[in-house]
Amino acid sequence: MNEKMRYDVVVIGAGHAGCEAALAASRMGCSTLLLTMNLDTIAQMSCNPAIGGLAKGQLVREIDALGGEMAKCIDRTGIQFRTLNSSKGPAVRGTRAQADKQRYRIAMKDTLEKQTHLDVKQGLVERLLVEDGKIQGVETNIGVQYKSGAVIVTTGTFLKGLIHIGLAHYPSGRAGEFPSVGLSDCLRDLGFELGRLKTGTPARLNGRTIDISRMKIQEGDDPAPFFSFTENTHPLIQLPCYLTYTNPLTHDIIRNSLDKSPLYAGVIKGIGPRYCPSIEDKVMRFSERERHQVFLEPEGLDTEEYYANGVSTSLPYEVQVQLYRSIPGLEEVEIMRPAYAIEYDFAPPTQIRHSLETKKIAGLYFAGQINGTSGYEEAAAQGLMAGINAALKTQNRDPLVLQRSESYIGVLIDDLVTRGTNEPYRMFTSRAEYRLLLREDNADLRLREQGRKIGLVDDAAYALYHEKKREIERELDRIKRTRVKSSEQVNNMLRNRGSMELEDDASLEQLLKRPELTYRDIAAISPLEKPVLPEAAEQVEIQVKYEGYIQRQLRQVERFAGLEQRSIPDDLDYDAVVGLGTEVRQKLKQVRPISLGQASRISGVTPAAISLLMVALEKRRRTGGSQPKTNA
Amino acid sequence: MFDQDTICAVSTAAGVGSIAIIRVSGKDAIGIAGRLFDSKGNVKLAHVSSHTIHFGWICDPESGERIDEVLVSVMRRPRTYTREDVIEINCHGGIVPLKRTLKILQREGARLAAPGEFTKRAFLNGRIDMTQAEAVMDVISARTEKSHKAAKEQLEGGLSKATAEIREQVIGLLAGVEATVDFPEEDIETPSGVRIEKEIGEIQKRMSQLISRAAYGRLLREGIAVAIVGRPNVGKSSLMNALLMRERAIVTDIPGTTRDVIEEGLNIDGMPVRIIDTAGIRDTHDMVEREGVKRSLLALESADVVLTVFDGSEPLHDADRFVIEAVGCRKAVIAVINKDDCKRKLESLPALQKHVIVSCKDGRGLEILKREIVAAVTQEAFVRSDHAWVINERHREALEQAAESMERARRSVQDRLSPELIAVDLRDALDQVGTIIGTTYTEDILERIFRDFCIGK
Repeated sequence: MNEKMRYDVVVIGAGHAGCEAALAASRMGCSTLLLTMNLDTIAQMSCNPAIGGLAKGQLVREIDALGGEMAKCIDRTGIQFRTLNSSKGPAVRGTRAQADKQRYRIAMKDTLEKQTHLDVKQGLVERLLVEDGKIQGVETNIGVQYKSGAVIVTTGTFLKGLIHIGLAHYPSGRAGEFPSVGLSDCLRDLGFELGRLKTGTPARLNGRTIDISRMKIQEGDDPAPFFSFTENTHPLIQLPCYLTYTNPLTHDIIRNSLDKSPLYAGVIKGIGPRYCPSIEDKVMRFSERERHQVFLEPEGLDTEEYYANGVSTSLPYEVQVQLYRSIPGLEEVEIMRPAYAIEYDFAPPTQIRHSLETKKIAGLYFAGQINGTSGYEEAAAQGLMAGINAALKTQNRDPLVLQRSESYIGVLIDDLVTRGTNEPYRMFTSRAEYRLLLREDNADLRLREQGRKIGLVDDAAYALYHEKKREIERELDRIKRTRVKSSEQVNNMLRNRGSMELEDDASLEQLLKRPELTYRDIAAISPLEKPVLPEAAEQVEIQVKYEGYIQRQLRQVERFAGLEQRSIPDDLDYDAVVGLGTEVRQKLKQVRPISLGQASRISGVTPAAISLLMVALEKRRRTGGSQPKTNA
Repeated sequence: MFDQDTICAVSTAAGVGSIAIIRVSGKDAIGIAGRLFDSKGNVKLAHVSSHTIHFGWICDPESGERIDEVLVSVMRRPRTYTREDVIEINCHGGIVPLKRTLKILQREGARLAAPGEFTKRAFLNGRIDMTQAEAVMDVISARTEKSHKAAKEQLEGGLSKATAEIREQVIGLLAGVEATVDFPEEDIETPSGVRIEKEIGEIQKRMSQLISRAAYGRLLREGIAVAIVGRPNVGKSSLMNALLMRERAIVTDIPGTTRDVIEEGLNIDGMPVRIIDTAGIRDTHDMVEREGVKRSLLALESADVVLTVFDGSEPLHDADRFVIEAVGCRKAVIAVINKDDCKRKLESLPALQKHVIVSCKDGRGLEILKREIVAAVTQEAFVRSDHAWVINERHREALEQAAESMERARRSVQDRLSPELIAVDLRDALDQVGTIIGTTYTEDILERIFRDFCIGK
């Protein structure tokens, strides 16, 4: 048998984006090839050993609802699970897990290897094969060519990666790995604009040399929350994290060594993330602070390595030793892997469409850090969507574009393609204008149907979703209809909860609306023979308690729906739209928004400009529709 | 939002002519107007035939109060200017009822139309011929430019700075709230409920200062509304004629001669003033006079300055006390003691802020009164020459809505609601302020978070 040299979809890179892309495409029935430089670093967590958090947790749940893998993999390999913001409203709660890095990587590799229609191979892609503006395949550094009509590039920090430790720097894709140089040049030759970003990672410390007695211990939640809607066990032993602080001595060490910092010496040109500054940035920008938090997070069950969250730095190794050892509990610490900063090429994402297909080359998709994002979850979300859309394209189906009003994934991609980014883009809940609708708890209600439609949600998961949905509807209906009469028993309960007693009667729904009462309380007043699923009960509670705010956001969604649905043809001649300002015209030509809604989110595009576009579109529609055919 | 909702605007130039037309267009135009319209024959606008005109009153559906006597035209789509359902309200009552009607329409769900928006809709709905597309775009950009120019002139005058400061303050507040939401594990000092509430209070104060400037701007354009009230036969109409220096109102010795409200304009020190003579306020059984009294009370409501007239030649009547009570202390009130040419019998006036003694017969004290009228509305600090800029209706509207959002946010803080819910209202406030000086993007808020707080786990 000849080796297979032609695939429906080829994925370059097997990080968090690449794995989701390859799984999605192959599960949708496409013959898929996943090419990675190193089979032993598949799904590697290059930075912190954690998945999820605020907004990121929502992304992971959405990935799961659509039929992606990340949630399942972390549920199986997590060593600590917590719900952040548990004291705040459900919309801004976020699940986060500490991962066993090695087990996560191996579990993902195992899933990939067992996946039908998917081949996983080691190979360094140096060249993209393009003809007539269409992708034809890829070529590796040893001259092997794989033909394909859909190629997904997920290269992370590898494109011309350059590691800095102090004033020393060397080309590398990640500590201890080769960069990818040829592919970067190839992209530039194909006409893509490339920019430069920077990110950093702290040192990994030997746990045997850490004195945890001087630190605050941080345990996970009990019971531990889940990411996946279908997982129900966390098989691994759970471990705590530890919290300590820097101090004025640490800060002096840093201040005295700034001349050796590549950031401050101007050696690093790429732009770093503001939300994840190096310790030297924190000390310099907030000089009045006497201490900064240092979280020590275990890298796994089979290792002594700890990740020093909060102290990423690009200072020289000898300074790193000094500064880490100035921290309480780390006086004797041994650095196992030094902290470093890395600069890498990215392709400003206004060059791609909502489907993540590049505008320049048909069939070529970008996902993950190449689009200027940061974070495993952001990468995985894009990988999943690129995999789905590449598969849909090979099947001649319309791309799947998620709306901002239905998912963080929609917000992520729309932000990227509409506004581009100047720094590594990370998701925050504040980026979602319909935040109250986009909760972790309802990710399945928002996206399961779409996942099912494209063929990524299996029968069992779909049945589970349906049951939950049915129960929610039934219970919502019941509590609306069920009225409670004033009685000694009921009033006693209400008094105990600090709630007003009933004079007459009230519906269960009305009682549930009272802030001091929970679903459990009202279920106790009028119990069901068979209690509803806990997930359904949670939905009922949220939907009733937050109804006012939810309705308000739904009305906003509806108000904008008209603009979102009004599509702008790709070839609209912006120069012919009378009255647009030069700057606005320029931006519109660059982004080429797909709808008036997207156009309205481009900075500088005013309501008046949108009105002008409306008129232009109407004019175009009428001339296009009514012009008699002259060539008859 | 741009083409599906219902829009409204005054379609005749403001302040010109006594009849003004408000135009409402959109799918809820008839529904919204129907809620405001009260006719004698109980006509329901939803049921009348298209292209018909109906007489009646505009009433505030919340209070039931009658605002203005109007003719309402109902035109159903598609045979209308915009090809949507269109309502035209012919208002008769002058500028104050007109503005109130417009405000109530907005409260009931219509939106103030953007520049050129009726024309835009006419075009989009196929009412205007293709060949005129360019002209339509010109209208939109020209009107927008005009309104921008007007805004810019005001912006340069100081509105820009004041609004930008308000925006910065709201962004700062929102950044604190958002930081508590998005970065729960950071060791940062996020604002407490008490501090948020205090800051909301400060922002609200600045907003209402700006809004009061809008009120001053309105005074300049529309004139100070000065209502003359008092019990019958104290010389209200004489005072009006004396101020106008001509015989406008009929003056007799018979109490209750003036049975309706009479309005006339004059100019005091370059300030336009509208003098409104009213029927004497008293408890009466005469049906016509009673209607007059009702209208007097209405005029009182909408006046900027109230002149309460007393007869200096008589002691204080119970009817005078009735008037004092009706006026209350909510307005700029000046007590005018008339008939100074006769022997004084009026001794003390209870709890009135200011009084001027005049004689309508020989003109004594009238100049002082004129000065007091202007002073009553221009006392506020903002009228000092260095701050003598004003804001227009659209800006006022935006600020008022922003202030309402801030108020909702304040209540949410008091109710100890979760920060992401408080953020909803703060964002609404920013959106409103944004219509004056430009949109606030999420990026601006993030920028502020990373500037103010040390984030970096």
